[in-house]
Amino acid sequence: MDGLLSVSYGTVFWATVAFLVVAFLLKKMAWGPILKSLEERSQGIENALNEAERARQEMSKLQAGNEQLLREARDERDRILVEAKALKDSIVSEARNKANEESTRIIEAARTEIDNQKKAAITELKNQVATLSVDIAEKLTREKLSDSEKQKALNESLIAEIRSN
Amino acid sequence: MLSKQTPNKIKALSRITALVAILCLQLAGMRAYASGGGEEGKFKAGDMIVHHISDAHSVHFFGHVTLPLPCIVKTDKGFDFFMSSVFMDDHHEFTKTYTSASTGNSYVLHHEKIYVVDPTQNVDESHEDVAVMPDTVQVVADSLTTGQPVVADAHAEGHEEFHGHAVTDFSITKSVFGMLLMLSLVLFLFVRMAKAYEKRKGQAPKGMQNMLEPFVLFIKDEVAVPALGKKRAKKFLPFMLTSFFFIWASNMLGLIPFLGGFNITGTLSITLVLATFVFILTTINGNAHYWGHIVWPPGVPLAIKFILVPIEFLSIFIKPAVLMIRLTANINAGHIIILAFTSLIFIFGEKSVVAGYGVGVFSTLFIVFMFFIELLVAFLQAYVFTLLAALYFGDATQEHHHEEAHH
Repeated sequence: MDGLLSVSYGTVFWATVAFLVVAFLLKKMAWGPILKSLEERSQGIENALNEAERARQEMSKLQAGNEQLLREARDERDRILVEAKALKDSIVSEARNKANEESTRIIEAARTEIDNQKKAAITELKNQVATLSVDIAEKLTREKLSDSEKQKALNESLIAEIRSN
Repeated sequence: MLSKQTPNKIKALSRITALVAILCLQLAGMRAYASGGGEEGKFKAGDMIVHHISDAHSVHFFGHVTLPLPCIVKTDKGFDFFMSSVFMDDHHEFTKTYTSASTGNSYVLHHEKIYVVDPTQNVDESHEDVAVMPDTVQVVADSLTTGQPVVADAHAEGHEEFHGHAVTDFSITKSVFGMLLMLSLVLFLFVRMAKAYEKRKGQAPKGMQNMLEPFVLFIKDEVAVPALGKKRAKKFLPFMLTSFFFIWASNMLGLIPFLGGFNITGTLSITLVLATFVFILTTINGNAHYWGHIVWPPGVPLAIKFILVPIEFLSIFIKPAVLMIRLTANINAGHIIILAFTSLIFIFGEKSVVAGYGVGVFSTLFIVFMFFIELLVAFLQAYVFTLLAALYFGDATQEHHHEEAHH
């Protein structure tokens, strides 16, 4: 049993030397670089995750901006449409007013023309009637003048007629 | 479904068969040892078990395949260097006496210990001395079963059969050799892994690097950082990683059949060294807060302090000692159980062949089961050692927390 529970100085010596040497070598050549790489990688992953999160936020911000822009554009469009409609309405109504005015004016002018024509016609008619009347009167007078009696009566009636005019 | 399952079943079956075959071959090796070392082939379980878990001066694989190891001995006359094969006789037993040319010392190997024998004795006589060794072996084996103290030690005064002086033995023993192997393996693997990180910078890990990385991360993130915090973990991680992987590799090596039955972490001298490193690191890194708690425990009545201070002081040594004992005991316990169940086969086999085969089936199944448990224990003990070391380091270097607690 003594081989089991006793301590051999030689083994202790070699174990100490071997462990120290290997521990030192591992620290310099393995653990240092490995732990550094792992640290860097975990840092890298963290950074990448943060970056992704930031990109995601930016994206959503951008999306919100886009939506805002879209909404504004839509509003603008609506506004423009309303304006255009108003403009159209105003133009149409203006045109209508103008047309109304024009037609009124034309009607007025026509009416004046008609009045004038009517007056002229009346005048003409009056003149014609007068001419006709003179002609008739002449014929009658000629007839009547053949008889002095009748001539006299005619003169009198004519004078009376003229006076009534 | 059936066609898909069948190859897997065959695979599993062939694996189990291979495992059983390996075990049987190993048992054959033990049998060979037992018949060679014992008296007239009588099997002695205690002897066999102690032989297997003890340190040795050679690595015995199976049958006559033995790797001799360098012996470095220091006596009054100076150092001697030779291979342990100098003791090997024609029967592959280490019974010969070796006389060094430089110092003139004559050495024998007795119970895997090197002794200087009286140079005046001639070779024949020393051979006689060695020839009676089986008696002493039997005494040791009997003492194991009866629990009586061993008297057949070379140091024992007035012992007639063996006259030898112990030497200071700086040999590369089996455990030292195994330790060097495992340290080289760990060094090789992790230097390669470090190179892979440089070569594949910023890329996903691959191959060996990918296989080892979870364990490095496990020690870093699950053991070191919780016990020490991120900043202090950096300081102790190199030691923790080295000891974790060394202990694990050593434990695993001890479980591989046919590889000489190394028992590195079951060797007290080696776990003592590991525990001493923990002790030294804890002690030199202990801050005022740590020592303050030991020398003058706060918040304790004066009378209690007189009891507490010695206990606290002793705990500085007990803590690493416990690490050492736990690791050695656990690894040896696993080996002893497996060896004991192997021995059962031979013990019953000596009574009757049928009983031997009957017990053999049961024992082999149990040994397979134990091997799986031991695989777990191999990892677990490495983890526990590292975890407790981390807790001790954390204890020694923790910042003053009391004021913060009162806020």
